Amino acid sequence: MLKRPNTLKNSEQELRIFRVRALLAVLVVLTLACLLTGRLIYLQIVQHDMYSTRSENNRVRVEPLPPNRGLIYDRNGVLLAENRPTYNLTLVRERVDNLDETLALLVELLELPEEEIEAFNVRSRQRQRPFQPALLTSDLSEDQIARLAVNRHRLPGVEIEAQPLRFYPDAEIMAHALGYVGRINVEEMETLDAGRYAGTHFIGKTGIERFYEEELHGEAGLRKVETNARGRVLRELGRTDPVPGENLTLTLDKSLQMLAYELLDGRRGSIVAIAPATGEILAMVSTPGFDSNQFVTGIDVASYRGLQEDLDLPLFNRATRGHYPPGSTIKPFLALAGLVEGVITPDSTINDPGYYQLPNDSRRYRNWLRWGHGRVDMERSLAVSNNTYYYTLAHDLGIDNLHKQMSNFGFGQRVAHDVQGESGALMPSRDWKRGRFNQPWYPGETLSVGIGQGYWQVTPLQLASATATLANRGHWVKPRLARRIGDTPVPLDLPDTLDDIQLANDNWWNRVFSGMEKVISGTEGTARRTGVGLEYRMGGKSGTAQVFSLGQDQRYNADELAERLRDHALFIAFAPIENPKIAVSVIVENAGGGSTHAAHLARAMTDAWLLEDEAPDVEEVREVLEEDNANVEGN
Amino acid sequence: MPWHYLARSMRGYPVRPPESGIARRKSIWERIHLDPWLLGLLLVLMGSGLIVLYSASGQSIDAVIAQSVRFCIALVVMVIIAQFSPSTFLRFAPLAYGIGVAMLVAVDVFGDVGMGAKRWLVIPGVIRFQPSEMMKLAAPLMVAAYLNRCELPPRLRDILVCGVIIGVPVVLTAIQPDLGTSLLVASAALIVVLLAGLSWRLIGFITALGAAGVPVLWMNMHNYQRQRVLTFLNPESDPLGSGWNIIQSTTAIGSGGLWGKGWLQGTQSQLEFLPERHTDFIIAVLGEEFGLVGMLVLLCLYLLIVSRGVWMASAAQDTFGRLVAGSIILTFFIYVFVNMGMVSGILPVVGVPLPLVSFGGTSSVTLLAGFGILMSIHAHRRLLSR
Repeated sequence: MLKRPNTLKNSEQELRIFRVRALLAVLVVLTLACLLTGRLIYLQIVQHDMYSTRSENNRVRVEPLPPNRGLIYDRNGVLLAENRPTYNLTLVRERVDNLDETLALLVELLELPEEEIEAFNVRSRQRQRPFQPALLTSDLSEDQIARLAVNRHRLPGVEIEAQPLRFYPDAEIMAHALGYVGRINVEEMETLDAGRYAGTHFIGKTGIERFYEEELHGEAGLRKVETNARGRVLRELGRTDPVPGENLTLTLDKSLQMLAYELLDGRRGSIVAIAPATGEILAMVSTPGFDSNQFVTGIDVASYRGLQEDLDLPLFNRATRGHYPPGSTIKPFLALAGLVEGVITPDSTINDPGYYQLPNDSRRYRNWLRWGHGRVDMERSLAVSNNTYYYTLAHDLGIDNLHKQMSNFGFGQRVAHDVQGESGALMPSRDWKRGRFNQPWYPGETLSVGIGQGYWQVTPLQLASATATLANRGHWVKPRLARRIGDTPVPLDLPDTLDDIQLANDNWWNRVFSGMEKVISGTEGTARRTGVGLEYRMGGKSGTAQVFSLGQDQRYNADELAERLRDHALFIAFAPIENPKIAVSVIVENAGGGSTHAAHLARAMTDAWLLEDEAPDVEEVREVLEEDNANVEGN
Repeated sequence: MPWHYLARSMRGYPVRPPESGIARRKSIWERIHLDPWLLGLLLVLMGSGLIVLYSASGQSIDAVIAQSVRFCIALVVMVIIAQFSPSTFLRFAPLAYGIGVAMLVAVDVFGDVGMGAKRWLVIPGVIRFQPSEMMKLAAPLMVAAYLNRCELPPRLRDILVCGVIIGVPVVLTAIQPDLGTSLLVASAALIVVLLAGLSWRLIGFITALGAAGVPVLWMNMHNYQRQRVLTFLNPESDPLGSGWNIIQSTTAIGSGGLWGKGWLQGTQSQLEFLPERHTDFIIAVLGEEFGLVGMLVLLCLYLLIVSRGVWMASAAQDTFGRLVAGSIILTFFIYVFVNMGMVSGILPVVGVPLPLVSFGGTSSVTLLAGFGILMSIHAHRRLLSR
């Protein structure tokens, strides 16, 4: 306890000191109050607009509403590409407290395999617009969703997002024709319209999916939402609904496509079928195929390497990008070129001693039949695939006319309307050779071109397209894959269609058709065994392409090497002759057994298309093929 | 009034009968030793606080009820304390101070950790107690009690003693660590010394010493404390981290404008962008929903309370009463200024609640206990002392 107050204290002085100090304190209090008031006026009056905007931006978030991608159907309404509901894991980096910890936890919860973790980490750090969700993994399993849901409170900024994911029910068969969608990558993100693709994670990468990306994608919608500080949506302030993408109806026929795939039986090859009158591509197969669904969610490194290193090149679309010497399959087109240029008539003949010699040249260009076919007219030249006739014709035409006429049939250029990544292959000419090799054109090279060898290369699609034009009596209809976009039919006449091919006498078409019919139905036709039991009139032409060399970097064992050095078998066909409904080109790489292998496949295709109730039995075709292999004949 | 007799019996000196026999009738307020003006203003303040709290707590009536209960307890404490005579506080100041220091030591040794600092003393199942709160009153009382013995203005020796009295609890609180409370304890006690007539030379000297001590203080600060200072200097440097609080609170206040967005309509507050919105940052809710007008009305209310308090302090009849009353009321204003300054971004974030508006029991009890002392000093003036 303290002592009693000192009674001698000077109370008056103490009171005076206190009053002065108290007055000063009051002044300080007032000053500070003024300071506060000033600050409040500054914040609430002077800077009010800025803070209002800031508070509004805090609260309102604009969320993109991605549109549903259009579905893809075949010509009969069979679904070829659909959207399956799946669950994606997304992450908004701005809302994540500790990215490393969150990722570690996610890897643990999702039980990601070791090799995927890196890709996962890279994706999470991929450059994004602020507050845009980054896609970490798609197609979460039920288990993964459950584990994430339980740990949700530990994972701020991580959301499970329901998203329809592209699914291809018949992936292997359709892979090349349809193409596939995949994640939007960094380069694509830079070129895409950010508004349209806000919220869209996938884009068409190849094939139809890529060509019709614009139509399939649709228009993104928006919704303005009010969120709290943790980003949780509290209510919707307004929305614009997305416009779903257009559904596509293709010209492809799924059952025909499937038949073509099965006919090729896992060999390397391609079948393309076109309806001549409409240019509709009925089937377009390249084998071997691959499972395009793997590419949608992101293929794992090992599988991708497997596909890349497969010597059969499953990712390579042979139908549109495969370059093959057309061999004898171009003989009907050359005959037509001769007719157009007036170099031959249907009735003009040559005498075939088994070879052809250029004037003042001792070299003999041989027919495949050493002793020759004797007197040969146009129809017989096609039926027996006489080389001498076409050496003569090519020489008489000259490379310039030959190049011009073959270009009219679409060789050396892209022919189709909507085939993504189509190659123009190569139709050689003087100019091309000078540009490519800086060499003049030699007359002997014209002869090679005359039998579809030499520099000439075609794609299966070009071959089918030229055949369809031929079957259509020279009337060009641009080949197309899309029949209807939404409800709008793709018009028959498309821009940049080639000019029709005119013959002096329209009956000459029939003479060429007749020659082609004899290939199958004639007694000496090269594909006469294919014509057995034919129920309609069919025109065709066989071809063999020699394989000269293999890529240097590819290694084959002895058996494989022998197999891969065998000739490619080619066949073109159309039927029925009087009113062609289908034109087909078939290429089977290293079929070896002569052109008849391809001819059987072409027949199976036309049978399937024309005899609707009697679909050909693939097993039967295979048996015939085996018989033939035992009984090899030249082309 | 039993309280009256109890209080009277506790006085250190006998009550003289009224002179000349003219019995002056005491008003009811004088009988219960309360100041009606101050009480009225406090009740208005607490009522306004509850309205803001309802909005700030996310429209939780439970929070309002809990706060009301605390206010009632605090008011009871105030009324009880007002019944004691100032001499009681004078006598018990050293005891309270001693117990306070002992408890602070206890907290530092085996206190309960909360929010990253040891601040609470817990007797399990009985009470959670923050001794530093008690120090806010005990320290100025002790300094005033000491200076009451001395001749004023104080001599250097007395000032050094006061420095020790102040320094011990301030250091003990600061190492909990609770920088905000330790500064408030220090300022409450320093105000006593200032009011007692600390010479201007010494004030200048101490200010210079303090300025020199800033680097030393900086060296001894915890990282989170340094972070707060840095963030205060530039909140935009870490907008999602430690700058978040200040950015969101200034945004809330600024977006309120002149008239505010309306009660319960503040998006910053209601959508939880504002952190600690019902405790330290509650003024931002007021600023957002009631605008500049609401803020100035509240500020005026505080200034009225301070004015009344200062008037009561100057009317006190002895040095002890004056110093204690002056310290209590000026410390009250410091709370207001520090809190509003921090939320509006002119002071660093130090974790000082807004008196009688922020949600929380301990601080309300301490504050109203202080006002109880203030009322006691005012109500126990010797009548007709001249």
